[in-house]
Amino acid sequence: MKNIIIEINGLRKDYHIGEVTVHALRGVDLKIEEGEFVAIMGVSGSGKSTMLNILGCLDKPTHGNYMLDSVNINTLDKDATAKLRNKKLGFVFQAYNLLPRTTALENVELPLFYNSKVGSRERKERAVNALEAVGLADRMHHMPNQLSGGQQQRVAIARSLVNDPVLILADEPTGNLDTRTSFEIMELFQDLNEKGRTIVYVTHESDIAKFATRNVIFRDGKIQRENVVSERLNAREILKTLPVENIEEFDA
Amino acid sequence: MNLTNLFKIAIRALVRNKLRAFLTMLGIIIGVASVIAMLAIGEGSKKSIQDQMSSMGTNLIMVMPNMQRRGGVSLGASSSMALKYSDVTAIRNEAASIAAVSPAVNANGQVIYGNQNTQTSIYGVSEEYLDIRKLEIQSGRIFNSNEVRSMSKVCILGQTVVDNLFGKGADPVGISIRIKNLPFEIIGVLKDKGESGMGQDQDDLILAPYTTVQRRLAAVDYINGIYASAVSEEKSASAITEVEEILRRTHKIKESEEDDFRIMSQSELLETVSSITNIMKYLLGAIAGISLLVGGIGIMNIMFVSVTERTREIGLRMSIGGRGKDILRQFLVESMLLSLLGGAVGIIFGYLIAKGAGTLMNMPPVVTSQSIVLAFAVCFIIGVFFGWYPAKKASNLSPIDALRYE
Ligand SMILES: Nc1ncnc2c1ncn2[C@@H]1O[C@H](COP(=O)(O)OP(=O)(O)OP(=O)(O)O)[C@@H](O)[C@H]1O
Ligand SMILES: [Mg+2]
Repeated sequence: MKNIIIEINGLRKDYHIGEVTVHALRGVDLKIEEGEFVAIMGVSGSGKSTMLNILGCLDKPTHGNYMLDSVNINTLDKDATAKLRNKKLGFVFQAYNLLPRTTALENVELPLFYNSKVGSRERKERAVNALEAVGLADRMHHMPNQLSGGQQQRVAIARSLVNDPVLILADEPTGNLDTRTSFEIMELFQDLNEKGRTIVYVTHESDIAKFATRNVIFRDGKIQRENVVSERLNAREILKTLPVENIEEFDA
Repeated sequence: MNLTNLFKIAIRALVRNKLRAFLTMLGIIIGVASVIAMLAIGEGSKKSIQDQMSSMGTNLIMVMPNMQRRGGVSLGASSSMALKYSDVTAIRNEAASIAAVSPAVNANGQVIYGNQNTQTSIYGVSEEYLDIRKLEIQSGRIFNSNEVRSMSKVCILGQTVVDNLFGKGADPVGISIRIKNLPFEIIGVLKDKGESGMGQDQDDLILAPYTTVQRRLAAVDYINGIYASAVSEEKSASAITEVEEILRRTHKIKESEEDDFRIMSQSELLETVSSITNIMKYLLGAIAGISLLVGGIGIMNIMFVSVTERTREIGLRMSIGGRGKDILRQFLVESMLLSLLGGAVGIIFGYLIAKGAGTLMNMPPVVTSQSIVLAFAVCFIIGVFFGWYPAKKASNLSPIDALRYE
């Protein structure tokens, strides 16, 4: 049996807004094994992002346990959590969250600055490699505002890769992108997954969910159902069948 | 995170937002520069007032005959003859708080050189007079005690007299002129003293040995006044008491009688000066405080205005593994760099502004090291604090809350 990377039990998250309490998550149990490629789905407001943020240690649950790579997150203090994020996690935000007025290369380098074991030579090398991996070798010195949405998202993905994480979390990584670019991002994720990385991503679109190995569907802060994807799509194959010119025309 | 990374991150963050960095620095520059310039101008005017006062001789004590004795009834001619040279000798020998003393015998008259002539005051004095009145010789020399004893016909001219007789810029040392028809040799010329505070030309005079003036020009056996200087400003009061006691004794004035002389000093002037100086001190303090406040608020503003963007940045940095302390250090280094640089530029600007204003106002500004330290320290502390404080608050948020901040 493979390693269990994520194991959560009875996870709850409440938000208190004045008198009102919003139960964003109402008891979630979930196990994800190493090497899995999981898509989290569900209607708006069902708690997908809340879940992913907790998985990414960006937020703390109100109740429940979260074991990440056999470490109980609840026992870690702030600094230790930060270190864990730096070493084990890569997060891709729906809104990219790149530093403005900062080149793609410097954005990708950023996580390595907080890893004192990485020297400046290695830092740059790894950032360049990550950008090459997402196909942006020629845009290394561009600022975010000089890049298209898809390119910015790829920079964000390169940033999430650069620290060689065991787990990549992505919140609607294709939410703002056109079909072709979405597929390209999925191709990237499938490649990474093939190389053994565990990936969890959130999406609205059932098309995009079909690239995963497993789908987890949320509803009202709970897991409604889970299913293994029967007819898994391969992004590389699909991209070959897509007529390039048409799409370019459509873009313009 | 090691130091190199820390500085690299901080410098990148500064370079990334040059405008914000510049505006922050501007706040610090204005704060530092205005405090330094204001204090330098204030300090400079304080000093130039003090200099002017002391150039009038703050230690100066003058003794004149009291012409209005006994309830304003003038005693006629004899009262103006109350002072004798023996009084000078008595003061010189007995008054411990007196540094120098000189008699003064006045004469007015026409001075002639060639076909030029001018009307001026001739003061018969001893060689100590120049020290007492803070007069300086521009060329030539002062008369010596031999010349005083022998009633030599030598004289020292003020600049106005030189101008009137010889034309501007002339150096008449060695030339002979006629004062009240007697030939006098010019042995020296006084340095320009300009107008007094009361608009009186202080260079329209001739100095000669008091013996010469007393005997040859005025033909009197009394003296018109005594000029003396106290050993120090603080000793002025005791010097006055001493002189009064000595003169009352030598003039044989009874207990019940009023003085037949008047002692005048600059002490009232001094009081005014020190109260002006005090007012200026408070004024300067207020100005410095206001400039610091304005500068400080400027710094605060720009720091707080950028909080939203920076909070997101902090959220991002935390989400990719930055610890709270890494972020705080980055912000500390950033604001320290800005404050240091801004402070340094501010010092230079403050200095230049002070110089410029000094030239305009025609007085040398005094940039004190205290003002530099004060301005720099306060702005530095404000700058660093308000760079650090928002970061401290933001780094206490969870990464996701910081990222969502608006
Ligand atoms: N910071 C917050 N404060 C208060 N309530 C919140 C906060 N974040 C999320 N919620 C609430 O928690 C619930 C779940 O939100 P979440 O963002 O997880 O939804 P989602 O499934 O990601 O939706 P979407 O598909 O629209 O992104 C929602 O009802 C939302 O209003
Ligand atoms: Mg969401």
